[in-house]
Formats: sequence, structure tokens, C-alpha cells
Amino acid sequence: MGKKVALTGNEAAAHAIRQINPDVVAAFPITPSTPIPQGVAQFIADGQMDTEFVTVESEHSAMSACVGASAAGGRVMTATSANGYALMWEILYIASGTRLPIVMAVAARALSAPLNIHGDHSDIMGGRDTGWIQLIAENSQETYDNLIQAVKIAENKKVMTPALGAFDGFNISHAIEIWEMEDDAKVKEFVGEYEPLYPLLKTDEPITHGAWAPPNWYFENRMNQLEGLLNAKDVVADVGKEFGKAFGREYGLYEAYKMDDAEFTIVAAGSVCGTTKDVVDKLRENGVKAGLLKIRLFRPFPYKELADVLSGTKAIAVLDRVSPAGAQGGPLFTEIRSALYDVNNRPPVINYTYGLGGRDTQPVHINSVYDTLKKIVDTGRVEKQFDCLNLRGTWG
Amino acid sequence: MALLNELAKKKEGLVEGHRLCPGCTHSVIMRQVLAAADTDKYDIVVAAATGCFEVSSGLYPYTSWNIPWIHNAFENAASTISGIEAMYRLWKKKGRTDKDIRFIAIASDGGTYDIGLQALSGAIERGHQFLYICNDNNAYQNTGNQRSSATPFGASTTTSPNGTVLQGKSQPKKDIMSVLEGHHMQYLAQASPSNWRDLMDKAKTALDVNGPTYMNVIEPCTTGWGFPSNKSIEIAQLAVDTCIWPLYEIIEGKVKINYKPKNKLPVEEFLKPQKRFAHLFKKGNEHLIKEYQGQVDKHWEWLLAREASGIGY
Repeated sequence: MGKKVALTGNEAAAHAIRQINPDVVAAFPITPSTPIPQGVAQFIADGQMDTEFVTVESEHSAMSACVGASAAGGRVMTATSANGYALMWEILYIASGTRLPIVMAVAARALSAPLNIHGDHSDIMGGRDTGWIQLIAENSQETYDNLIQAVKIAENKKVMTPALGAFDGFNISHAIEIWEMEDDAKVKEFVGEYEPLYPLLKTDEPITHGAWAPPNWYFENRMNQLEGLLNAKDVVADVGKEFGKAFGREYGLYEAYKMDDAEFTIVAAGSVCGTTKDVVDKLRENGVKAGLLKIRLFRPFPYKELADVLSGTKAIAVLDRVSPAGAQGGPLFTEIRSALYDVNNRPPVINYTYGLGGRDTQPVHINSVYDTLKKIVDTGRVEKQFDCLNLRGTWG
Repeated sequence: MALLNELAKKKEGLVEGHRLCPGCTHSVIMRQVLAAADTDKYDIVVAAATGCFEVSSGLYPYTSWNIPWIHNAFENAASTISGIEAMYRLWKKKGRTDKDIRFIAIASDGGTYDIGLQALSGAIERGHQFLYICNDNNAYQNTGNQRSSATPFGASTTTSPNGTVLQGKSQPKKDIMSVLEGHHMQYLAQASPSNWRDLMDKAKTALDVNGPTYMNVIEPCTTGWGFPSNKSIEIAQLAVDTCIWPLYEIIEGKVKINYKPKNKLPVEEFLKPQKRFAHLFKKGNEHLIKEYQGQVDKHWEWLLAREASGIGY
């Protein structure tokens, strides 16, 4: 039986890694994910896991060593945040392009400059096109559950694609919550053994990994890779159901919170969804048909499924925890808006940036979003397609 | 060491079909290393940095490698091999293999002296078992001969060109052996494919060390240096005989010079046959050759003094 524990999101990630007991972890400290490699090191020092821990000298080397270890033949995990994730960038593409099912915990954090160690989605959203599967957690429980599932998803032979389990820096990584930790043996049984396809260490069957591809092969290689990434969608759904059977918490591609008859809908990902659910509950008590569509799987983006959920709603606000950086809106906004293009009677969609660099997002801010959605429906007019939540002064 | 006729029969780890330039010494060096490896006792896994050798030997859907080989990126051959070696230790610990496997990382000077230095330093400090071989061709040759910190003083490259005002690279070459020696690793060696027995002895010694080892190997580049493709080994020999490229080992901090030329040739002998140094022989540039000779002499004398001191760590 699992047990209720009161631990931080980082500890949830570290315990997931302990129970998965990967063959190799290569990691480098960076706030706010540092407690993860620290936890792993302590578990090893205490004989609670027998992973080979490579204490690399940078995140670039962390991901490089993960690529080497994974190609050598075994289960490999790491953890990082922000600038560390950015330093891995080059190798993130190599990990996915070489089809190595590495799993990474990301305590999502703002990118410099200005230097800021707090939570937002600048890192993972910047890396959304690196070819990795991206799962985003709302709380510690999901952080733990997602990492365990990510191993199974990434290693599926139809997928063979690296996966990251993201959770908001500080909001989740450093917050103590009560969550359920499952039995070690049950988790081990759930993730099973990994059978590498072409391990370098099988020296009797020498294999070349990482050959370069000129224009006559690169394209096919990339499209094969895309196929693997897209295959992950069904596998995420299957593994989510399987997880539900094993542990009683079932997962889908997304979570539709009070969406059945929702007229005013927020689309968001991460810890802000907890706050939003509270606001939805309060609004419902007052007869306002508010709903939340929580994004769990961001890559591959399940655009059809999400559009289906959103097609009946009257107005939508998409919350992005990253600057749009010159695009029409944040990455989640542009994806959602594009997904809705094929829907009849498209509802209006607006976009907010919130929570940058750890800026607090409180119920009052979420309430203001629903107020705006109501106004849009009442007046039939969108005054601002893009706005900010809890920014000094006004935007635009 | 095995006799030549025995070596000739040995199964090769790097086979024909690669696309290296005629006269390139990358394959020569690698074949010498793999011939030296005691492959009856152990297997080899190679991690290669991006570069001439990598693009020439691992072009999808072909490979010239008959042994396990991986290419990751330019600056991370050392961290890639770290991960592989860590996985090997895990396999050993869990009984997934009963094989003895040794690890080699290969890069050129760009991937070693410059962009890969951090990864190399980290991997050495962590104590992984691997032999890191730097095939030093004195510049970024894969991108077309741009200067690196391994480019010798005075050499004209595409980013340190000879012109009307400047005469090639104005800085001396980085002493990478001294940089790496600071890690207090058990074994470092400098070698040349012209002195192949010496190179092979060093590779064999290095592969038997249970920890990180380093070999710096001169890799004459016909296209970048500008000499006929049948002269590569002669150029390497000239580098050795001028003491531009001394053959030596650092064994637990003690310097051992493996070859002291009876007749130390002036640097001009090495410079003259190469187009990259042609401008040094123009009237008015005599001082540059003198300056280079001074750098070479100083380093050679320092090495001799190091050896004579017998001081290790």
C-alpha cells in the first residue's frame, strides 16, 4: 500500500527516481531542482538505490553523459531547471534525434536576464520543439506520478523518445504538500525492466550511433523521429489508464475541470491550475459556469482532443507563464487558437501572461480573467487580446 | 609488442570506405591505436567528437567502424564517454556483462584544447576509465582551417590569415599537456604517427590504466597545412626532429622523454614544406621564425629540465 507523505515537489521527484532506480543519473545542481540530485546522492549513499551517479561539471555534460549512458544501454534519468536546461539545449535535440528514452525532471524556472531563480515556464516552453515529450504537473502528486509514467512512455518501442516531467519551480518544487507515495515494489513492477534496442556495450554486435545524415537522409530521419513523438499521444493515454489501475489515480492527455457545461474557460498548465480550480468552484457556487482545461501533455500537443473539449464553450482565456517574445501570444495561446481554427462557431480566445519570475498569481487575478470572459460574452467584443496578470501598471 | 606480420592479421576496428582526404593521418593514428589494443583481453568502445574524422567515418547509412562507436556533438566526447563508462560499471555491478571493455574518446584540437576542454577536465577529475586521444591538426580543419588555441605561432589560417599588416597567428600554441597534467592523472603521452612503435606502446600503456589517460597526437593535415598528400608522415617526423612535437610521457607527474634527436633540426625544416608558413620566409619576417624557434627551444629545455629533476607527484 502507498502511504501519505508531506514532502516537497523536489522530494516527490527524488523519490520517484529512487523507486525507478535508473541505471545512470548524470546531473548538475541548479536552483530550484538541486534537491533532486542531492536526494539521489543521499539515497545512493544510504544504499537505497544502486544507480551510477555521474556528478558532471555542467548541464551540457549532464545531458551529454545521459546520451552516452542511454546509448550504452540502460535506463537514464536527470533533473534540471532554467539556465541548466538552456545549456543542455544542443544535446536535447541529439537525445531525441538519436531516439534515446532519457527521462528528465524539470523544476521549471525563469531564464536570465535579469537573473531570477523563481518559477515560470520560460525553460520548457523555449525547449518545446526539441523533440521531447513534455508532461506538466499541477502539484507534487502529479510530479511524482508523471515521472513514473514518463519512463514507460519514453521507453515504449513505438515511441523511443526522451520525456520530461515539468513542475513549477518553488510553487511545487519547494512547497510541502501531502501526496501519496506508492510502494517501492509496486513502482518497480509498474516501470518494469528496460530492454535497450542497440546497446553500445553489446560489443559482439558493434553498432554506430550518431552517424551524420546529409540531405538525402536527414529529412527521413527527422520524420521517423516525429512519428515516434506523435505515437506518444496514445501511449500517454494508455499508460495513464494503466497507472490508474495500478495506483487508483488515472491520467489522460488533459484534465477537463467542470468543462461539461462551461461557458467561460481558462486553459492553463502547472500549479496555477490549483488556484484556478478554487476560483471555478467559488464561481460555480454563484451560478457562473466557469471551467478549466488543464494541459497535461504539451508535446506532442493533442490539438484535436483539446479543440473538442473547447468547442462548446463561449469564451476562452489561455494563461501562459512565459513572455510571448514577439509572437501573437504565448506558446499555449497560439497552439490553442490554432487548434480551434477548424471548429465551427469558434469562441473568442484571449491570452494572459502571468507569474513570470515567480510573480504571485492569486484568486483575485484568476477572478479578473473570468470577469473579462463574461464581459466578452456579454458585449460580444474583445478589448484586449493580450494582457498581463498582476503586472505593475497596465499593459498596452 | 606483437610482430608486424601478426598485427597485419589482426581484425581491424576501423575499416575501409571512409571519406578522409588522401594523406590524412586520422585513420593512420586510429589504426595504430587499435592495433596496439590488446583486443584478446578486452573490447573497445569509442566516442568521437564532431570533426573531420567523425564526418568521414560515420556517414549514414554507412559506417567505417567495426567496433561500437558513438558520435554525440563537438564539445562533449569526454562527457559522452563518461556516461558510457558509468553504464558499463552498472552492467558489471549487476552482472549484465562479463566482458572487459575499455573506452576511448577521440577528438581533434578544436574539440580538446578549446570547446571540449571543460567536459574533458570534468571527466578526468571524476576518474572515469578512458583514454582520450586528441588528434592535433593545429586548427579547426573540418570547417576549413580556422585557428584554434593549438595553432602554432605564425601559422596562417582562415581566421588568422597572413595579410599586409598581420602575419598569421600572433599567439603561441597552448600547452595542453601542462593544462591536463594539473589533474594529476596517472598517464599522459605525446606521440606521432611517424614513430608508430612509440605511439602504439603509449596507447597500450594508457589502455591498461584503470582511470583517465590522455594522448596528444600530431595529425598532419595536407589540406589545412598545405603539403603534398604523400608527405604526411615526413611532416610528422620533422615536427619530432625539430622538437616542435617532442615525444614524451608524463607518468605520475614524472616527465620521460622518449626521443631526443641527435641532430635537433631548426624549425625552418618543419615550416618550409608547408604553405601555412610560406609568408614567414618572406623578406622582413625573419624575426618571426626566430621568435618561433625561441618558443620551441624554451619548451624543449623546460621539458629536459623537468625530466632531469625526476620530480613527480
